[in-house]
Amino acid sequence: MNPRSIAAGKLKKNMRSVTSQRKQQGLSFQAVIFALQNYWSDQGCIVQQPYDVEVGAGTMHPETFFRVLGPDPYRVVYVQPSRRPADGRYGENPNRLYKHSQLQVILKPSPTDVQALYLNSLRVLGIDLKQHDIRFEEDNWESPTLGAWGVGWQVLLDGLEITQFTYFQQSGGMDLDPVSCELTYGLERIAAFLQGVDSVFQLRWSSTSSYGDIRLAEEQQFSVYSFEWADAKRTREMFDLCEKEAKAILARRERPTAGMAGKQEAPILAAYDFCLKCSHLFNVLDSRGAISTTERATLIARVRALSCEVARDYCAIHGWGESAAESGDTKQGAMRQVHR
Amino acid sequence: MKDRGAFLFEIGCEEIPAGLLNKAASELKKLLEKHLSANGIFIEPLSTHSAPRRLAAMCSAVLLQQADERTEVLGPPKSVAFDNVGQPTRAAESFSEKQGIAMSNLYTTITPRGEYLAAARVIHGRPAREILAEVLPRVMHELTFPRSMYWTGKKGARFIRPVRWIVALLDGKPIPFEYEMVRSGNATEGHRFLGRSKIQVSGPKDYIEKLRRNFVLVDAAERRKKIEREIRSIVAKGKWRLHEDAGLLELVTYLNEYPTVIRGDFDAEYLELPPEVTVTVMRDHQKYFAVENRRAEIESHFLAVINLDKDRAGLVRQGHQKVLRARLADAQFFWQADQKRRLADYIEKLAHITFESRLGSYRDKTERMRHLARKIAGNWFDSGIHSADVGAADRAAQLSKCDLATEMVREFTELQGVMGGLYARVQGEDEEVVWAIYEHYKPVGTEDSIPRNLTGCAVSIADKLDSLVACFGVGIIPSGSSDPFALRRAASGIVQILLERGIPFSLSAAVSASAQALKANPPKIELGTEAEKQVLDFIGDRAKYLLREKYGFAYDEVNAAMAAGADDLVDVRNRVVALKAIRHSKNFAPLAIAFRRIRKILEKAGPDGGRGGSVNLELLRLTAERDLHREGRELAERAGKHKRAGEYKEALEAISELRPTVDRFFEDVLVMDKDESIRRNRLALLAGLLKEFSTIADFSEMVAEEK
Repeated sequence: MNPRSIAAGKLKKNMRSVTSQRKQQGLSFQAVIFALQNYWSDQGCIVQQPYDVEVGAGTMHPETFFRVLGPDPYRVVYVQPSRRPADGRYGENPNRLYKHSQLQVILKPSPTDVQALYLNSLRVLGIDLKQHDIRFEEDNWESPTLGAWGVGWQVLLDGLEITQFTYFQQSGGMDLDPVSCELTYGLERIAAFLQGVDSVFQLRWSSTSSYGDIRLAEEQQFSVYSFEWADAKRTREMFDLCEKEAKAILARRERPTAGMAGKQEAPILAAYDFCLKCSHLFNVLDSRGAISTTERATLIARVRALSCEVARDYCAIHGWGESAAESGDTKQGAMRQVHR
Repeated sequence: MKDRGAFLFEIGCEEIPAGLLNKAASELKKLLEKHLSANGIFIEPLSTHSAPRRLAAMCSAVLLQQADERTEVLGPPKSVAFDNVGQPTRAAESFSEKQGIAMSNLYTTITPRGEYLAAARVIHGRPAREILAEVLPRVMHELTFPRSMYWTGKKGARFIRPVRWIVALLDGKPIPFEYEMVRSGNATEGHRFLGRSKIQVSGPKDYIEKLRRNFVLVDAAERRKKIEREIRSIVAKGKWRLHEDAGLLELVTYLNEYPTVIRGDFDAEYLELPPEVTVTVMRDHQKYFAVENRRAEIESHFLAVINLDKDRAGLVRQGHQKVLRARLADAQFFWQADQKRRLADYIEKLAHITFESRLGSYRDKTERMRHLARKIAGNWFDSGIHSADVGAADRAAQLSKCDLATEMVREFTELQGVMGGLYARVQGEDEEVVWAIYEHYKPVGTEDSIPRNLTGCAVSIADKLDSLVACFGVGIIPSGSSDPFALRRAASGIVQILLERGIPFSLSAAVSASAQALKANPPKIELGTEAEKQVLDFIGDRAKYLLREKYGFAYDEVNAAMAAGADDLVDVRNRVVALKAIRHSKNFAPLAIAFRRIRKILEKAGPDGGRGGSVNLELLRLTAERDLHREGRELAERAGKHKRAGEYKEALEAISELRPTVDRFFEDVLVMDKDESIRRNRLALLAGLLKEFSTIADFSEMVAEEK
């Protein structure tokens, strides 16, 4: 399908309806980011920056992927522009974007009052919780390329999905202990809700610029690229090359052992970058319609193999090998199997 | 002293998935009753409740104290315990020591084996509070959920969602225990935004009411009633009626702690969409009810169930309307975009949608289905059903899966089939083909209806049979709870169509045809005869199950009829009906017993016990055996005539007449004669009889009535 045709007429209609909206309702897009970053910073989160490799979700940022592994407590908040080539709509659909912005929070270990903490963050945005229908509806999250999954909800605000709320159970194929909470806010949706606009492009980014001013050209160009121009053969070659590089890094060093952290022999963070690149290139191929369903499964498995090996090595280097994570999982653990 | 007290137990959780609540509550009830009675403190029935953030159990009375248990321990016999002057011996003293009971407190007791020294032991009952403090965490541990989680760490507990508070009260006072760092107490929590967060309760008496005041209706029945009442009132005001949806009502009952129904509206332009689409958009993504006018047409309003007491400033309604508008706009876009090409043009796209990695794409499946659907419709036509239309079956099968490649079905998978039918109609396909595509996934459960027209039945059977044969061909065979391709449902679907449509069908021929299609078309897999038989047995098992559970026949009637042939299920049912009608007649039950006896004799006689041999008339010496032979042949002929005419009841009645002759035979004749040739001849007579009369039902499967 060529998504170019999508909703051009609809957008015009939305333009009309938006002119009737009050001009200054709700926080600007950047004010939403400031508010959430400040709030989570007050909750003890490191304020990190977006990762500088193309990713499809905030989960793929090393600040999530690696930090949730192992026993060390960590709290972090960051915005992650997330590229989903197949969701691109040439800037013509009011809700779908090639690149949207996630605000990601990791709380490790998961605090007992995590839901209250989250709901307070909505109050900070000016949402009166008694005036709105807020619910936590079951939604278990999974990322096959990262070998990651968790249990949780999507948070709905008057029927609008605004956050994915997950108790991380596994990442990189490793059982997580302790469990981290991952909160992923959909920033465009939240801002559109607060400002009462129907199209993300009409969002006020700041007092002077709209979201469309800042991002429309990017949406258009990348949609053209990933749906029409991306050269499938070269993209495949790049995928293969990145995979090779990642594998080479993972294969060259000796079997990692505890205490190797930071040493030259194991630049597995670099291997992870190439794994991310593979994941993005896969998405480009997918949006280009160049992947059959069977091949799709194979490519996903190839990326997952990389991410899982990276995670395993990362744990091994820190002395949290799988066996360490598994130890102590004795009789009580076996009894808990019943619940699985 | 007071010996009983009220019991209250509440597990406070983060939001539990709505679909699991009801089942969890009934499991909680079972587990608690099991443990309470095992500990001897269970006297009054328990009730359990559930709402998104809690599972609760309560009981008006349990015993506060376990009863003491008295036992008697026997020591040595009196003769050994005391010497001849009546003094305790060494044996008696050591018994006294061992029991820790002074000699003076021992006594003698008379048993059937003589008089013994004995000690009375009393095991003091424990306080129920102490028992419950052990039982309750155990019950939490034993509750099972399809996908549980851990939240404190791998060594921590597993539950459906994190447990955040626990109320455990007996007779108004706490039952102290700890579960995953949560201490039990007497404080529950109200509605997340409308209620107080710490509410002290004293027991079942004030629990429900105090929660109600804090905007939690803990009883699902009360929530459902509130929803139904509010729906009725809104619908009445608008002079509409509800587009009924029992599943949705159940879901929203368990999605909210304080459900309130609000009305929302959408742009009438979206009413141009097929109502199937509008209703699905509302139900699926947003969980809204649709409303209709008197002519059952969808109106441009919806009912949303929100988790609040009211929509104070109308913001909730505005928000929901806005979300629905965006969803409907998407659906409208899909509806228009999908129609930019002909349905048939999507077939090429099906090549990119995998059915199963080893079994190829949906385009491959479509080819196999066409082959099979033509065959099925052709066979029906040949057997005299002139409404069977081979061309329509082929066309419907060809288009049946096309909608899988459409935007609409990719977004709303449950509209598969339906969308294909709707697009086919817009594009001017024949109504027979339209409905066949629309309904070819039917029946989707044992309560669902079958496709309304014959072409739909043919395509539906072709689809399901192909899935069965292809999956069995690569070893995907359902086991236990693992049935990823819903093959049980597919097999049941075939059975339901055949039985409800009452249409002739050879399962073995159809499975062979399906196997041929699998070999002739990609993936070109050859199915062994063994696998074909597995498929037939699998369908046979579903047929047995449905004949029993859905159509209400007794298991032995079903087994007896199926054992005599299970290739045509309508024929099987006719035979089961006849069997059911005749089984209580005077002659039939004893005859069934006689047949079981014959089978046992033949089995005992071993593999060459007369089987296959023909009866030598010369060797039939006794009147009784000659009678049996003669009458057996006469009745077999009569029964055969009835059978060929499909008159199974009459055929069985004819067979029943054999009863007195069989009885006389067993009275007068010893089958296992010393003379081998006579013995063989008698065995051959019986074997022939059993074979002859087992073509309608294997009577030896029938279980005698207990008198």
